[in-house]
Amino acid sequence: MASALINVPATAKRGDIIEIKTLMSHIMETGFRHTVTGEVIPRNIITNFTCRYNGDEVFQADLFPAFSANPFISFFTIATESGKFEFQWIGDNGFQETASASIAVT
Amino acid sequence: MNRLRNISLSLLAVAAFTSLAEAAEIAPGERRSGASFMSVETLAMQTDATANPGMLWVLDGEALWSRKPVAGRACADCHGDASSMRGVAVRYPAFDEKLNRPVDLEQRVNLCRVDHQQLPPLADESRDLLALTALIGRQSRGMPIETGTDSRLQTFIDKGRDAFMRRQGQLNLACTNCHDDNWDKRLAGSAITQAHPTGYPVYRLEWQGLGSLKRRLRNCMIGVRAQPYSADAPEMVELELYLMSRARGMPSETPAVRP
Repeated sequence: MASALINVPATAKRGDIIEIKTLMSHIMETGFRHTVTGEVIPRNIITNFTCRYNGDEVFQADLFPAFSANPFISFFTIATESGKFEFQWIGDNGFQETASASIAVT
Repeated sequence: MNRLRNISLSLLAVAAFTSLAEAAEIAPGERRSGASFMSVETLAMQTDATANPGMLWVLDGEALWSRKPVAGRACADCHGDASSMRGVAVRYPAFDEKLNRPVDLEQRVNLCRVDHQQLPPLADESRDLLALTALIGRQSRGMPIETGTDSRLQTFIDKGRDAFMRRQGQLNLACTNCHDDNWDKRLAGSAITQAHPTGYPVYRLEWQGLGSLKRRLRNCMIGVRAQPYSADAPEMVELELYLMSRARGMPSETPAVRP
C-alpha cells in the first residue's frame, strides 16, 4: 500500500519560482542490518526519483542507503505553463510508483 | 552498546538526585506538549501536512476506511465519511459498558471489527491498525483532549496514577521521577519532556515509522529495566488513561512528529 504525498501550488504566475514537496512511503532498508540470528536483511531502497513538467525532466535524484525511511524530497522550479507534474520513484525489488499534480499558470 | 550504557548511566544519575526531591505534579498552567521541546525543523515537519510522514498512514487509513470486507460492511458503511469521527479520539481511552472497563482507541477499532464487521482483530502495532487510528485521530487535530470526564473511569484513572507514581525496574524509577520532577532537564542529550500523550499515534524519527502510545510506554519501561506490560494488559490501558486525563484540555496534534 505505497502512497505518496505531493504538494504543488494549484496556481502560479508565469515566471514564479515554486516549491514542490514530495513524500513517498517506503521502508528504505539499508542492507547493512542483520537479524538476531546474523542473517543480512536484504537491501530494499528507492534508487531513483524523477519529476517531469509537461514531459520535460526538471528534477532527478539518485537515492542511497543513508536516506531515511519515507523519503521527503523538495525542490524548486519555475512555473512556465499550465500543465502536469509527473513524479516517479524506482527502487529495489521492482518498486515503481508514480503520482501527478496539476498547476494552472496565469 | 555504548549508547545504551550512556543512557543507563544518566538514568542512574537522575535516580540519584530524584531520591532527594519530593514528587510534585505539574501545575495545569505549566503543562507543555512534547512539541514545545522539539527543534523548529521537527515542529515545521509536524505542522506541514505534506511534510509530515504520519500523513502517509492517514492516507492508508482513508483507503481502509472505505474498503469493503468480503462479507460485512466497511467502516464507511456505518460511520459515513471519516470526518464523522471528529472529537472521538480525544475522548479515548473511554469506558466500555459491555466490558465494564476502559478501552483505548486501538481496542475500540478491533472491537468494532469483531462485533460489526466479522473480521479478525488487527495485530498490535500493525500498519493497518496504526493507519486507522491515525485517520481517526487526525479528525480531532486541534481539539482539546477530553479523556476521563466520565465518572465511571475514576477508579481506573487512580490505578493508572498509582502505576505512574510506583518505582519499578532494575533502575527503580517511577514515571514521575523523570516526567514530573525533571522534565526541564535532559537525558543523554534528549529532552525528558512532561509525558503528555497529545499526538499519538506519533511518527518518531528514531523509529522511522508510526507508533502507538503503548509502544512508547514499552520503550520507557525497557529504559528503566522493567518488564513491559503486554499490549492488551488492563494496566497498560489504565496508564494510557491516566496520561490522557493528565493532559486534559491540551490540543491534540495527531499525527504528531517526535525526534
